[in-house]
Amino acid sequence: MGEIISKHAGLGALSSPTETGSVRPGAGPVLEVRGLTKSFFGIPVLEDAALKLHAGEVHGLVGENGAGKSTLMKVLAGVYQRDAGTVLLDGKEVHFSHPTQAHEAGLSTVFQEFNLLPDRTVAENIYLGREPRKGLLVNKARMNATTAELLESLGITSIKPTTAVRSLSVAEQQIVEIAKAISYDARIISMDEPTAALAGPEVELLYQIVRRLQERGTAILYVSHRLREIFDLCDTITVLKDGRIVDTRPAAELDDAALVRLMVGRPISAYFPDKLPRDEADEPLTETPLLALDNAGNEQLDGISLSIAPGEIVGVAGLQGSGRTELVQGIFGAAPFTRGTMRLDGTELLPKSPRQAIRARIALITEDRKAEGLSLNQSILDNALGVIRSVFPRSTGAVKQDIPGVFSALEVIARDLDQEVQYLSGGNQQKVVLAKWLAISPRVVLLDEPTRGIDVGAKIAVYRLMRQLAAEDKAVLMVSSELPEVIGMSDRIIVMRDGRIAGELPAGATEEQILQLGTGARPATNSTNNDDGAGGTNGSVRPEESNGTGENA
Amino acid sequence: MNKTRGDGSIFSRLSSTHIVYLVALLTLAVGSVLVATAGRSFFSPGNISSILTGTSVLGFIAIGQTLVILIGSLDLSVPYVTSLASLIAAGVMANNSANVLAGVLLALGVSALIGLFNGLIVSGLKVHGFIATLGMGLIISGYLATNFKGSFGQTPFSFRLVGATGLGPVPISTLIMLACAGLAMLLLHRTRVGHQIYAVGGNPNVARMSGIRIQTPVITAHVICSVMAGMAGLLLASRLGVGSPTVGSQGGYDLLSIAAVVLGGTLLAGGKGSITGTLGGVLIFAMMDNIMSVMQVNPFLKDVVRGIVIVVAVAVYARRRIVNRPLRFGHDGHSRQEMPGTEEAREVRA
Repeated sequence: MGEIISKHAGLGALSSPTETGSVRPGAGPVLEVRGLTKSFFGIPVLEDAALKLHAGEVHGLVGENGAGKSTLMKVLAGVYQRDAGTVLLDGKEVHFSHPTQAHEAGLSTVFQEFNLLPDRTVAENIYLGREPRKGLLVNKARMNATTAELLESLGITSIKPTTAVRSLSVAEQQIVEIAKAISYDARIISMDEPTAALAGPEVELLYQIVRRLQERGTAILYVSHRLREIFDLCDTITVLKDGRIVDTRPAAELDDAALVRLMVGRPISAYFPDKLPRDEADEPLTETPLLALDNAGNEQLDGISLSIAPGEIVGVAGLQGSGRTELVQGIFGAAPFTRGTMRLDGTELLPKSPRQAIRARIALITEDRKAEGLSLNQSILDNALGVIRSVFPRSTGAVKQDIPGVFSALEVIARDLDQEVQYLSGGNQQKVVLAKWLAISPRVVLLDEPTRGIDVGAKIAVYRLMRQLAAEDKAVLMVSSELPEVIGMSDRIIVMRDGRIAGELPAGATEEQILQLGTGARPATNSTNNDDGAGGTNGSVRPEESNGTGENA
Repeated sequence: MNKTRGDGSIFSRLSSTHIVYLVALLTLAVGSVLVATAGRSFFSPGNISSILTGTSVLGFIAIGQTLVILIGSLDLSVPYVTSLASLIAAGVMANNSANVLAGVLLALGVSALIGLFNGLIVSGLKVHGFIATLGMGLIISGYLATNFKGSFGQTPFSFRLVGATGLGPVPISTLIMLACAGLAMLLLHRTRVGHQIYAVGGNPNVARMSGIRIQTPVITAHVICSVMAGMAGLLLASRLGVGSPTVGSQGGYDLLSIAAVVLGGTLLAGGKGSITGTLGGVLIFAMMDNIMSVMQVNPFLKDVVRGIVIVVAVAVYARRRIVNRPLRFGHDGHSRQEMPGTEEAREVRA
């Protein structure tokens, strides 16, 4: 283990590529992947993937959510085992059954979720499990010194090796993750959306680090949703779609539009059901929006103004961490708004807890159904009655009678209602969650990633249900990472960025338009402002400065 | 509202170890006044010696418990290990000075073996420490109850001196306890296995992904915990002159040691905490006991006071725990970090 450290002590040597021999222009790829296939429970997520990575190259890997990017990285890192295909490292075939083996072979991965211990110091995190020793004792001085050296070689002097990770900013934590990856003497580093949690100037810092690594001859596999980054950093771009590689091309041959076309590719299929006609017997619609937010905010959101009319489906798009989930959690009182106002059918109400929101008949289908939506080891019936029992106990009896009908309408496939939900498929689990919320006869239905991890049949059932809810004059707000879904289902699309509403798009907007707003690719028309988007949707992009500049000017 | 980092209030900058010792100081101040009103001196050598004597038995057990809690486990078998160790030591020694070493080694060896079993059950069979050690505790307690009807064996005079003498007002047993604490700190902060204990307790997945074999630190922590419980048993055998099958369970050392560890600022979930804090927690308990016995407080009221102190302490730590999430916006809506575009927005407003 001592050798690892001594290699780092000579990090300076790494920066002169000829000495290490890792950069030999014209030599073969450091990493080559052929015919890589991986499926989960019979569902293929990666089919016949091929990739070549050269020393000193930044290779962009792009694709929509669920295209298989993360799976590819995890197979390379040894987190998942491949089903078929070959991975060649310096021309020799390798099999990693544990991330540690990949590290030792010089392939490190910076995963999307942080793998750091918040209460330990920077140095302790970086050398976790392989602390330098003097005799039996850990040589802290040496550990801190090599950490400082390592950070310095990345051009970072602001992070002290002895600081607890908890007190670092997200960007600094990201840098520690990268430093940890490099400390394994990595020749190949794959980064899974390293900028997902970073804001403007911090992204610039990451750029510098990536370029520095590139100069040293490290090969980098770079996954990002932000196209601007891909073009800024990458030499080569590989596009993945539905588990297959669509194309690999030099970045210079592509532009924004061409890349997005490759990513989206397929026609937005016909599986989004048409709008249902409104029941004529119902009362005529009023002008009041069912849900209206005015300049609402909290620690994660600011200046949120939006309104949803009865019978309207509004889609919320944006990058991961842009505040989409926080928005629905704010409305639902799970992470309450601390500023601004909210009106429900004209009555002012700012829920301070989910219970308050549920009493006002607001439903939230959460993003993580296993953690927040279901009690996995309880029966279908108990889960379906979960909300009504605790918030409206007196209606439980009546609802219980309707449950079998609701389940057959949703086409839930289960042995019987006493079955534990953990044995259901993802799609059927999601239908149980939906049934649980339908039980309270909601007026406002918030859906956070309602189709994540479920099969196409269940997806269509969810879409049909949304249309039906809209026909019954409910307000529907759907957060989704799947752009085709947002486009196919929404009457209007709200795009979020950095905790604010970046703009609003009408039905029929293109994925390019959404991506542009979400990534801030062209912040050209920032100064135009518009109130809360309740007015007409006239078909043009309407960027929106969300902190109400127009009103205050 | 919770204080967040950067707010700079003194309270938020103190670590929980600091708070423990501030509370200990407060207890000391209040105690000296209360004891003085009863016409006694809190700082008399006799009283100090009595407080320190009170720290040593619980101290040994709490040091071990700290390691086990840090790794995310618990040890409920400690009082029975303590009783068993006292019986083994007194039985083997049988009032013969020549057998002291054999008695000590055998008592600690059996304790270590119990710890090894605990560690193997927790890390190998994936049974949570709470259940694994509850079961182990029941097994030992059943064995003790069937085979020993009362005190057993006898410790020789030379061994009894350990529990009876001191350097000035400081008992030898307290010094041995502090030496053990020092070794435990060295282990935690200066050895790989110590770092691994923090890592596994903090997040076993991160530890695994960093190439740590989870079993090693888990077993180490459990073995040390049981050995420390054995040390407490030896000390009790030295003080009582005999081994006793109920000396551990009467002391209630299982829950009391957990309380001292938590009072010392260690997270019950593991991954964060220190021996220093635990010693502070033990000291607070010892001083409270001393004050209340000098004041001749009803023994049931003692437990009420202990209970209140534990709950209040943990509530304070829970409030101080910093939300591990960066704030985007302050309470007034101003950006905490500059967003692209906000500059232009301000210009427009101006």
